[in-house]
Amino acid sequence: MKPPPFDYHAPRDLGSALSALAEAGTDGKVLAGGQSLIPMLNMRLAAPGHLIDINRLAGLDTVTAGPDGVRVGALARHSRVERSAEVAAAQPLLRQALRQVAHPVIRNRGTVVGSLVHADPAAELPAVLALLGGSVRLARAGERERDVAAGEFFTGPLESAAEPGDLAVSAFFPASPPRSGTAFRELARRHGDYALAGVAAVVSLGEAGEVVRARVACIGVGAVPIVVDVTSAGRPGDWAAAARAVQDRVEPEDDIHATAGYRRHLVGVLAERALGEAAREAADA
Amino acid sequence: MHEITLTVNGVVRQARVPARRLLSDCLRHDLGLTGTHVGCEHGVCGCCTILLDGEPVRSCLTFAVTVDGREITTVEGLAGPDGALSPVQRAFAECHGLQCGFCTPGFLCTATALLRENPAPTEEEVLEGISGNLCRCTGYQNIVKSVHRAAELIAEEP
Amino acid sequence: MTTRMFGEPVLRREDPRLLTGQGRYLDDLGPRALAAAFVRSPHASARIRDIDVSGALDVEGLVAVYTWEDLPEQVGAPLPLLIPHPALTHGRTAYPLARDLVRHVGEPVVMVVARDRYLAEDACALIRVDYEVLKPVVGVEEAAHGGLLVHADVPGNAGAHLVQEVPSAAGLGAGEAIGRAPHELSFRLDIERSASMPLEGRGVYARWDADDRSLRVYSSTQTSTSVRMAIAARLGLPLPSVEVIAPDVGGGFGVKIVHPWPEEVLVPWAAILLGQEVKWTEDRREHFISAAHERGQVHFVRVGFDDEGRVLGLDVTILHDHGAYTPYGIIVPIITATQLLGPYRIGAYRVEFTSIYTNTVQVTPYRGAGRPQAVFCMERTMDHIAAHLGLDRTAVRAANLIQPDEFPYDQGLIFQDGRPLIYDSGDYPESLRMIKELIGWDGFPAVRAAAEAQGRRLGIGIGCYVEGTGVGPYEGGHVQVTSDGRVHVSTGLTSQGQGHETAFAQIAAAELGVPLERISVVTGDTRRFGYAVGTFASRAAVMSGNAIALACRKVRAKALRIAADALEADPGDLEISEGVVRVAGSPGASIPLATVATLANPLRYAFDEQAARATQFAATPAMDRPPVAEGEEPGLEGRDYYSPIRSTFASGMHAAIVETDPETAEIKILRYAVVHDCGKLINPMIVEGQIHGGVAQGVGGALYERMVYDSHGQLLNASFMDFLMPYATEIPHVETAHLETPSPLNPLGIKGAGEAGVIPVSAVIASAIEDAEGIVIDRMPISPSDLFHLRATR
Repeated sequence: MKPPPFDYHAPRDLGSALSALAEAGTDGKVLAGGQSLIPMLNMRLAAPGHLIDINRLAGLDTVTAGPDGVRVGALARHSRVERSAEVAAAQPLLRQALRQVAHPVIRNRGTVVGSLVHADPAAELPAVLALLGGSVRLARAGERERDVAAGEFFTGPLESAAEPGDLAVSAFFPASPPRSGTAFRELARRHGDYALAGVAAVVSLGEAGEVVRARVACIGVGAVPIVVDVTSAGRPGDWAAAARAVQDRVEPEDDIHATAGYRRHLVGVLAERALGEAAREAADA
Repeated sequence: MHEITLTVNGVVRQARVPARRLLSDCLRHDLGLTGTHVGCEHGVCGCCTILLDGEPVRSCLTFAVTVDGREITTVEGLAGPDGALSPVQRAFAECHGLQCGFCTPGFLCTATALLRENPAPTEEEVLEGISGNLCRCTGYQNIVKSVHRAAELIAEEP
Repeated sequence: MTTRMFGEPVLRREDPRLLTGQGRYLDDLGPRALAAAFVRSPHASARIRDIDVSGALDVEGLVAVYTWEDLPEQVGAPLPLLIPHPALTHGRTAYPLARDLVRHVGEPVVMVVARDRYLAEDACALIRVDYEVLKPVVGVEEAAHGGLLVHADVPGNAGAHLVQEVPSAAGLGAGEAIGRAPHELSFRLDIERSASMPLEGRGVYARWDADDRSLRVYSSTQTSTSVRMAIAARLGLPLPSVEVIAPDVGGGFGVKIVHPWPEEVLVPWAAILLGQEVKWTEDRREHFISAAHERGQVHFVRVGFDDEGRVLGLDVTILHDHGAYTPYGIIVPIITATQLLGPYRIGAYRVEFTSIYTNTVQVTPYRGAGRPQAVFCMERTMDHIAAHLGLDRTAVRAANLIQPDEFPYDQGLIFQDGRPLIYDSGDYPESLRMIKELIGWDGFPAVRAAAEAQGRRLGIGIGCYVEGTGVGPYEGGHVQVTSDGRVHVSTGLTSQGQGHETAFAQIAAAELGVPLERISVVTGDTRRFGYAVGTFASRAAVMSGNAIALACRKVRAKALRIAADALEADPGDLEISEGVVRVAGSPGASIPLATVATLANPLRYAFDEQAARATQFAATPAMDRPPVAEGEEPGLEGRDYYSPIRSTFASGMHAAIVETDPETAEIKILRYAVVHDCGKLINPMIVEGQIHGGVAQGVGGALYERMVYDSHGQLLNASFMDFLMPYATEIPHVETAHLETPSPLNPLGIKGAGEAGVIPVSAVIASAIEDAEGIVIDRMPISPSDLFHLRATR
């Protein structure tokens, strides 16, 4: 289990990174945290001809949190975003989700943006981005940076809108409106494993405590994070109907760890729990 | 081939490595520091955990070239300069926190960093802290005990 | 106090080395060795049409490529069938490199040697093997139908078939006893595949010394002595020219007792041929698909019993999935068949197993070695009886227990060592009393009711086992006291984390009266001790522990003879403590063991002051006898062997409380309790550690780990991502209590403890889940998804 050979590029500025990527084309791969890519290389499931290591690029390890939301640079590690009090204040769902990403040691190295580009449908962060309606900023040699909305970014299992030659330089996670609450519930076989199913929820309440908006994003039960708007089905304190609506929308499959039927059942339970928790948090907000 | 310089356990070391050289292999085979073990090479077992600028990371999921210029601590660097075992190492001996010893370097590095950040962890925090390291021998009970004991030993230090 | 060493929780002497990165595991050795890698079959069943290695030849750093055709006759011959048995009528083993056919994914086909492992893997990737893919045989029941064959000359895929029968006291066979019993039940049980999965894989490193034509091989093995004999035989080398050393070994759990692995033959062969050091370090994927698995059985049970739940007749038919080959014979199903009876007196027993070939990785012992399956069967049977009669599950067990005054108790079966299965000692009723007290069995209904009031679902379960430990044929020990007063102990069997350097030193300290710090222990190094069997079957402490004690007693007797001469005292008046021989009751008259060791070796040459005391003019010798008296040998050393008449039987009982989530079907172990009896404890800290580790592996086997093959014979979860070995977050705290029923069979009164923890766990967890859910649990492991679907059948 040793990686195959590749040409290594360690650019020190964005321009040279982008030209290296452009030159490599479909044969190029970006190395950031490497926590998903290097296992695949070690197992020789991937064999890119060129690896563009962006770890030396200045200015990409930024995390900025403001009233609008959180922008995370391509080299910001999970652990840094997880620990940031500003991030937690601006968008608490990030920390709630990050605590369930693999194990602490992996989070020290893995990057938030890398996880988005990897686009694993069982991963937490794509669901967070999709739920919040965030975006990924892509850079490309000779072109202006462009923001791709989460809805268009995740195109399939391990497939995203980032094309060969693109470098995802940052991602933006919008803040939730006032009187909102968030929650992330998942069930994994072992603590830290990819979830059998998981649900991120955000609930916004009106002045009278009525549900103004309620949405969930589900992981492990479809080709991409499945976002379901359950505003009309949601009642504060009773999310059973909303959970059924979620169950109707997901498209789980069998694997060696769980059946599709179990996953569908589980996603309902988790949706009800996550929505309830988010609503309680919204009421306290 | 790439010339890289790493500061390992306080000593500046140089190596000439291909880009694909995993940090684990670089430490073990290029620098002769075989205390860092390799158990799965896909980042799950935690045997290869080392400290990169003080933070625990998987050396099997890191290319040596990527960390050129950085500071690394391996299990060989945990004891004091006089060879005295660190509190974490002492605690593992006292509490029978190891059997075959193969996973131990990863646990020691992980626990060392954990206690630096959180000198008095709760039971939950210890479990979460070591939750990414596999041990096939001990059943973890004495490892958890060792981490708590290490916290006590550190607190007792002058 | 040296004399109190035995039985004390002495801290481990291995640890300072292992805690500082100074351990030496296989891959830590031979930094300049060439690296071997293997092209392995991607198919479960295929015929090799052609191997084209030309693509690999351009790889820079490539040294050699070998296929089966390159191997000399003795090297290329099928690997040995290690444990023949008359019932194993169709034993089959693999070639070191596949010849014509591959029979499981992972079987080695081509060996590559290159400058390093990266390059060797590059070369492997460029070798083209043309396969004619055949339809594989997967699943033990499908295989038993025999439509497709794994080995063309093994009809029905049946490698072995064995029946053992024990009639009731009244002479009834099991069938008749069941037929006449007031109650009868029959059911089926399944246990899936798992594996030892040590964190260090296998590995071999060979150094050929062309100058003195000797071979030194390091292997991450559980038996260095037998690997040595196998290598010498295969490579046609004189045995004294081959040495095999097991360095620090990163866990074994059974898989490393199998030998010689193809790599253990091929790596030394290549090292000699190339005249260079060669090393192979197994990676994780290789370990999954080309080492060995275990568990994997289906049981069909018929039981007859009376109104109190006493078993009057038991008939069990076992299908054992043996994978593609049987290098380790039929030890696993034999153990299942014979250890199934546990601590119970069963009226009449009939057990039949068929060992079935499938196109999967071979099955050889994994910690517990057939016992977890056996205990799952017997304990599920006990729970079925209790449920049928409406009795408390512990009452049914109590009604069947062998009583303390019935030992030695002959179960009437032939055990895995070919010797009668006779329990030597135990106190099973006391064990049951202790486990009920420890887990709070009688108070559990109140606990359950309180939880129920909060909407929580709890269940309690129990499992009992008896484990034959310390199987023969023998182990030996050598003890040498040198003139510096140090004691050097060696034994041939190997260590994989059991703390032998500590436990064996404790035995020597207690026997010799020498401080622990002066004692060093070497295991698994044929340069130090050439005769041994290996470390498996919870036998190391019993076998080598007793052998070392006996060797120490020889040394002690000799030391006393020499000291008596020197002190002009009667040997019977002497005692040894703190490394000094003293005349009891006269404090002035003493002589250090170091001096005794010096005097034990009459010298001509004085290489230091101490040695001068033993030279020929140093003292007035007795002129009427030679310097080395008749019947004596120079030196203060002794060697002895322990060869038991039969195994000694440890026992234990576990109980657990589990919680199942009514919605998500998550299964959580809230409490886990163990009562354990392994006779006298050498080091209770180490024994506890063995139990914790065993229980953790048992929890893995009950709730997380299984090897999943698809219908093409592909192992779907050959990684730590998907083969779910538990982390700290999955393992409960284990509460332990010890009962010490010494074994009457050996001088130290000890029994084995290495495997015990793992044995009853699946049975206990199944029992507890069944209790929580009211659903029959007849298949393990069980996942939340499984439980969810079982609930739907209720």
